[in-house]
Amino acid sequence: MLENLSSFIGLPLLEDNWPRLWSGLLITFEIVITSCSIGFVLAYPLCLARMSKNWVLSKAVLGYVTLFRGTPLLCQLYLVYYGAGQIRPFLTDIGLWTFFREAYFCCLLAFTLNTAAYQSEIFRGALSAVPKGQVEAARALGLSSFAITRHVIFPQALLVAIRPLGNEVIGIIKASALSAIVTLPDLMGATRTVYSHTFDFQIYLYCALIYLALTETIRRVLLVVEARYSRHLHVTASAAVAAPKQRWGRARQVTPQTP
Amino acid sequence: MAFLDLIIGPDGWGNLLMQGAAVTVAIAVTTVPFGFGGGLLLAILKGSPNRLLRAGCDAFTTFFRGIPDLLSLFIVYFGLQAALDKVSKLFGESVHIEVSAFVAGVIALSVVAAAYSSEVWVSAISSVPKGQIEAALSLGLTKSQTFRNIVLPQLFRIALPGLGNIWTILLKDTSLISTLAVMDLMRAAFEAARFTRQPLIFLPLAAGIYLIISIVSTIVQSQLERRSNRAYA
Repeated sequence: MLENLSSFIGLPLLEDNWPRLWSGLLITFEIVITSCSIGFVLAYPLCLARMSKNWVLSKAVLGYVTLFRGTPLLCQLYLVYYGAGQIRPFLTDIGLWTFFREAYFCCLLAFTLNTAAYQSEIFRGALSAVPKGQVEAARALGLSSFAITRHVIFPQALLVAIRPLGNEVIGIIKASALSAIVTLPDLMGATRTVYSHTFDFQIYLYCALIYLALTETIRRVLLVVEARYSRHLHVTASAAVAAPKQRWGRARQVTPQTP
Repeated sequence: MAFLDLIIGPDGWGNLLMQGAAVTVAIAVTTVPFGFGGGLLLAILKGSPNRLLRAGCDAFTTFFRGIPDLLSLFIVYFGLQAALDKVSKLFGESVHIEVSAFVAGVIALSVVAAAYSSEVWVSAISSVPKGQIEAALSLGLTKSQTFRNIVLPQLFRIALPGLGNIWTILLKDTSLISTLAVMDLMRAAFEAARFTRQPLIFLPLAAGIYLIISIVSTIVQSQLERRSNRAYA
């Protein structure tokens, strides 16, 4: 396995410190995957609340979203981490201190709340991208509101949301480096530790390459996924150009023309 | 009230917070010309006929967009220090130049902002109709004249929303510089919270100030957009 990757030819710095970086990478993975998934689950209800006709509910979510999008994530992280320390007796009483004591869970909480705010806005944008006429048409056809959501809105909205959601995951990977500031030994934290031991600046470059590999992989995979799920859009566009105009009957099979 | 004494008054921390807020805004504003200017330069170079140059600019963008901003900051800060140490060794080891954290921070944020904004500039440049450029060239304008007089004036209007987004990111990213012991808003709030043991007063206060700054900049941004679009309304 990768953790036993013991020889990088000619890179003793990486070779010596790989176990530390690897365990850091695992923590980064855990944090990103957990916070993004929980954020994803929270985002849709938040988005519905934001778009609801209930004034209080809508404005409350607007406040939440504005707060988490308008302030630095570092500030939110400090607030959770150090703020919890101030109300320690209270947290102990209600049995939550064991949760807030760990930098790990504080990071998780801060990132989850942050990404839920961003993802709910992504959903809102994606949902409003679906033309209203389609919903009206579906309702006129007698579809239940669940069926409308499931078969009309979601397939189109999710397609629009793929790219921003992918960017959000990349954003959280990058943001997760902040957890090093509150002493969590994630990839960034591990790198900082190695630097403080070796004073070799290159370790930061290796760390950058690992982050880069992660984010670039996700970006490229998502481009492929997006291209695949939107292929009906491209096909109609290119087929309209390629296919010969035919008014009646079945469309003729388009065969590549030989000159 | 004990709560207000912590903020206003002789022993209050309000002054420090206000100075911190000023530093935060100063960092962000100083970064803008370098960051956005650098981004424009990158975007122009990305359209150059030299393939090597194009690849280099793309690699720069990919690198700094793909790594955490905090890491960019550390790379610039420690990298600059390491480079300076090497240079000063060449001139004799008696000289030791410390990199100012403020300068390193502004450079790092500029690099990041340049990488982000170059994409915005590229799409703005490509949205200028090709016919205009052909027309300008056929009128005998040189390539640089065409760019300066035809393309550039139209760019800002198109790029403004994208640049506005990057400004918002930039504003929040300034808080990272607090980790290099620059007394910005984040650091000021952190120190106040640590000294008074009242993080639940000072951190929300800092968040509120950040929120005010970003709301004000949203308003300014929409004014700018309305102004630059007034010919198109």
